[in-house]
Amino acid sequence: MSNKFIEFDRVWLKYNPTADFAIEEVTVDIREHEFVAIVGPSGCGKSTFMKLCTGLRPPSKGTIIVDGRQVAGPLKITGMAFQAPNLLPWRTTLDNVLLPLEIVEPYKSQYREKREQFEDRAMKLIRTVGLAGWENKFPWELSGGMQQRASICRALVHEPKLLMLDEPFGALDAFTREELWCVLRDLHAENPFTVVLVTHDLREATFLADTVYVMSKRPGRIVARREIDLPRPRDIEVTYSEAFSKIVHELREHIGAIRKS
Amino acid sequence: MTKSFVEKHAPALLVIAILLLWELICRGFKVDPFVLPMPSAIWDSLLEFKKPIFDHALQTFWTTMVGFAVAVLVGIILGCLLGSSALVYRACYPLLVGFNSIPKAAFVPILVVWFGIGTTPAIVTAFLISFFPIVVNVATGLATLEPELEDVLRALGASRVEILRKVGLPRSMPFFFASLKVAITLAFVGTVVSEISASNAGIGYLMMSASSSLKTPLMFAGVIVISIMAMAMYEVFAWIEMRMTGWAHRGQQATA
Repeated sequence: MSNKFIEFDRVWLKYNPTADFAIEEVTVDIREHEFVAIVGPSGCGKSTFMKLCTGLRPPSKGTIIVDGRQVAGPLKITGMAFQAPNLLPWRTTLDNVLLPLEIVEPYKSQYREKREQFEDRAMKLIRTVGLAGWENKFPWELSGGMQQRASICRALVHEPKLLMLDEPFGALDAFTREELWCVLRDLHAENPFTVVLVTHDLREATFLADTVYVMSKRPGRIVARREIDLPRPRDIEVTYSEAFSKIVHELREHIGAIRKS
Repeated sequence: MTKSFVEKHAPALLVIAILLLWELICRGFKVDPFVLPMPSAIWDSLLEFKKPIFDHALQTFWTTMVGFAVAVLVGIILGCLLGSSALVYRACYPLLVGFNSIPKAAFVPILVVWFGIGTTPAIVTAFLISFFPIVVNVATGLATLEPELEDVLRALGASRVEILRKVGLPRSMPFFFASLKVAITLAFVGTVVSEISASNAGIGYLMMSASSSLKTPLMFAGVIVISIMAMAMYEVFAWIEMRMTGWAHRGQQATA
């Protein structure tokens, strides 16, 4: 599919009138079901990009079109997950995952009558990410990796068209991280949605994404766009291949050039 | 075995030791009972006046509970307003702090002008003294909501009311219940202060009249009854707190 799902047309943003621009002249086209990764040095406006995409912030200049409509106010078709899992400590894992269904229409109004059906759906996701048996535990009884799995379930349970991930694996150990890469890869392959992944891990970006954008340091600009042509499905083995290393190296050079400038 | 017995009952043992010491000092040094009555004399006077003490205690108790209930209601509403809007918070907070720094006893004469002598000024004083910690705690609980969590919900299209209901309020419950423990003891202070100067019923009034008839043991009995009531209510709210917000006391990595 090549129809545009997200279009950024020369978008600028400053958070308040006296501040400098957080991002400058960003023009990006994202196809439906495309997996996009945004990498860059810290403080480069990656998270700003996410806020713009989801309509949590209006741009200062330029236009953003998502799903054929100009963005004005928060979109209701997104799921989000952050570096901190942000689970609600008074809810069980299952209830945490069900939260979006209590808020997003049309699920909200059907919630009472279809509760069982929704629970089945949440349980299916919970099993997919390997949390079966933990659904009735509270967040504090889960390890960091498990909490993050639950957080991803919560981001996907309402079948959003757009998944926004802000360094979701940043706080995890290397093995858990690679495991969750595969979980995310499988979820995306099974039931496609558009993904914007913000990360500073170049291997993560290369392994998961169709297209990687490199942002410069503040004020953030897109300095490079790299299509990852590695064949899918990608196995974790691919990360040790020469082609993979070459791409990572190439991306690294872009970052290096930014840091020196 | 003996060690665990001591450890288990340490608070009660300490109280008994203090009472014994008190009794011994009073007997040993022949302290005038008018100045400091012995615990046994206080006990006697408790038994002797148990009917009036009970009636006055009941009066103080329900006065306090009414004032406290109003404080909880107003505290939650004001706390929600302050906690969910940065502007309201900025505007109201200095005013609230200023108001809170006024000694509430200073209001009693004004309240007497407005409401006359009796139960009403006591209820209002109990309310005035106890609503502040509730407001501040509910507001803090709401205002310290993680911005990411708010983004998650806003990105789902949640309205402000929904965010408040699903996340804000449950999240501020530990703050709220912690403040109830503080507020209930303060409410008793408010009631008694008002009763002392502007009432003809309640423990405060009982102590004033005992004082004017030089019945020191009865005054001490009053102090003991009021402190037992306040302690009991504190324990009740501590228990409710544990029951309602156990999740907040079990693990610290809940939000890690």
